[in-house]
Amino acid sequence: METKQHTLTKEEVKIQYNKFIGRKILLIFFLLASIILVSGISASLGSANLSIWETYSSILNRLFPAYFEPGWLADVCIWNLRLPRISMGIVAGFGLGVAGCVMQALLKNPLASPYTLGISSGAGFGASLAILTGAGIIGGDYLVIGNAFIFALLCSFIILGLSNRKGATPETMILAGIAMMYLFAAMTTILQYFGEAEAVKEAVFWTVGDLDRASWPRVTIITGALVCCFPLLMFKSLDLNLMAAGDETAASLGVNVKRTRIILMAVTTLLVACIVCFTGTIGFIGLVAPHLTRIVIGGDNRFVLPVSGLFGTLLLISADLVARRVLAPIILPVGAITVFMGAPLFLYMIMKRKREYW
Amino acid sequence: MKLKVNNIEFAYNSIPVLENISMELNSAEVLGIVGPNGTGKSTLIRCIDRILNPERGSILLDDHNISKMTRMEIARKLGYVPQSIAGVFPASVIDTVLMGRRPYLGWKSSKEDLDYVLEVLELLGMMDFAMRDINEISGGQQQKVLIARALAQKADILLLDEPTSNLDIRHQLEVMEIMKGIVKNKGISAIMALHDLNLASRYADRMIMMKEGKIFAAGNPASVLTVENIKQVYGVQALVKNDVERPYIVPIGPVTG
Ligand SMILES: Nc1ncnc2c1ncn2[C@@H]1O[C@H](COP(=O)(O)OP(=O)(O)OP(=O)(O)O)[C@@H](O)[C@H]1O
Ligand SMILES: [Mg+2]
Repeated sequence: METKQHTLTKEEVKIQYNKFIGRKILLIFFLLASIILVSGISASLGSANLSIWETYSSILNRLFPAYFEPGWLADVCIWNLRLPRISMGIVAGFGLGVAGCVMQALLKNPLASPYTLGISSGAGFGASLAILTGAGIIGGDYLVIGNAFIFALLCSFIILGLSNRKGATPETMILAGIAMMYLFAAMTTILQYFGEAEAVKEAVFWTVGDLDRASWPRVTIITGALVCCFPLLMFKSLDLNLMAAGDETAASLGVNVKRTRIILMAVTTLLVACIVCFTGTIGFIGLVAPHLTRIVIGGDNRFVLPVSGLFGTLLLISADLVARRVLAPIILPVGAITVFMGAPLFLYMIMKRKREYW
Repeated sequence: MKLKVNNIEFAYNSIPVLENISMELNSAEVLGIVGPNGTGKSTLIRCIDRILNPERGSILLDDHNISKMTRMEIARKLGYVPQSIAGVFPASVIDTVLMGRRPYLGWKSSKEDLDYVLEVLELLGMMDFAMRDINEISGGQQQKVLIARALAQKADILLLDEPTSNLDIRHQLEVMEIMKGIVKNKGISAIMALHDLNLASRYADRMIMMKEGKIFAAGNPASVLTVENIKQVYGVQALVKNDVERPYIVPIGPVTG
């Protein structure tokens, strides 16, 4: 413990504070570098093995033509097959990490995640409905996706509507979310009970979540959602700090608590729905990434938000790398691998953590 | 800044808690609110800060009705110190105090904000704890952090809900002296809910004694803290010494029968 003789001066505290912020910025750069590295490795591995150099030059060639000379094979392999998948991992992981972080702060609950508000089970039900009965709101190629998206939103709008009437306290939202989660899970079970074996298998796989359905248009949609939602969430991250410190505190410092909670919840839900309808429910990232982040850099959401997103990305693309390569050419569902990799890490961090708050 | 509360009424789920409360607060004045547990002291403070909305009556800040002001405008005028911290996530002391600057600036805290926050922390003797996590300091230290945040807010009126409940006698006196200094030097005024009648008597310019959601007595400490009032409101037989500057209360025992 510190001794009482010496009181810190303002200058000393200021230096410490700036270092504290510097460390967080350093971590952001470190994570960015790791993501670039893992993406590169991931893009170079596959049925046709490419060297890392070929991989990066093929990627950079499209961005800055005339400097690099990638082979034709590398170009096709990477741009048509591997990069869509990796990019999908990057944007989906980022979105889920950010969304989990916002939900935990908004609901002041360390257990909050896209699962908690029933978004994932809503999406799961929508997809099962489409796969098992062929019924859906949008037809054609987008039947399953459209259904998943709409039911995910439906589910969370019911919750927002209910909690808006009851005063939008975090507890109402969480409990309503858990009730919806069970409700949609039960409806999915009933559907599966009467389903054909093949279709049931497909529906189950859908819920586990993977990146097989990645394609450039889909990556673009998720990126678009991120570009719309993330700046807004960042802009409100200071208010998230205040709300995490308590509704009364936030209100007394000028935040319109109820409105902010509903709006941010709606934005986050939309983001998650956009991701989950393409990937299936890769839910674990939304729970783990914010916690890992807070363990490393503390609770200031202005940093937790982006770092949690980057952790989410790193976790998802690493899991995808493993999922593609351990039993190659079989590709395992990345949703399950994320949990396999994330859970031990998470448990280790929790056990190592000295403090008793989140 | 002058605060005026006119006939407010408040009910939680239609159970009335505050009835017909009227009061005034002048600038550079400390108003103490005392009363037994559950009489509505905290509720009154929350109504004044519009964390709760009274059903009837009005609250005026220099003749502006606060129900017509935005949250941000209120936050620049009224600072609120809750009874305790409520967060579950980590937050450093310095970041917590920086939150007090939220009503003034946007997203990024400026150099001036940081300087001002450090000044406030120094004033409260909390410099050594600046980089610690708020969950890892004692209850009394947490209370000081919350006070620091309200000071960082540079509000004209501070609303403090039992600001000394977790402090030892030395720190109680210290905090009250700091508050007194701020009130006198900066022309800020303060409303404090207090349980310690002697502390209230010593530091409040005027007092309100509440009973069951109503104002039972109001005025200067000598007129409020009488043997009869204490008996009526608290059901306690007490001795009130009036030979010192402010009345001094020695409780004797609960009134029986
Ligand atoms: N959120 C709430 N919902 C319903 N009733 C409440 C709520 N908060 C307080 N009350 C009730 O309102 C009354 C006034 O409570 P309040 O917290 O204002 O009392 P207080 O004077 O601050 O008491 P204490 O000295 O114990 O802090 C009490 O009877 C209490 O039971
Ligand atoms: Mg109280």
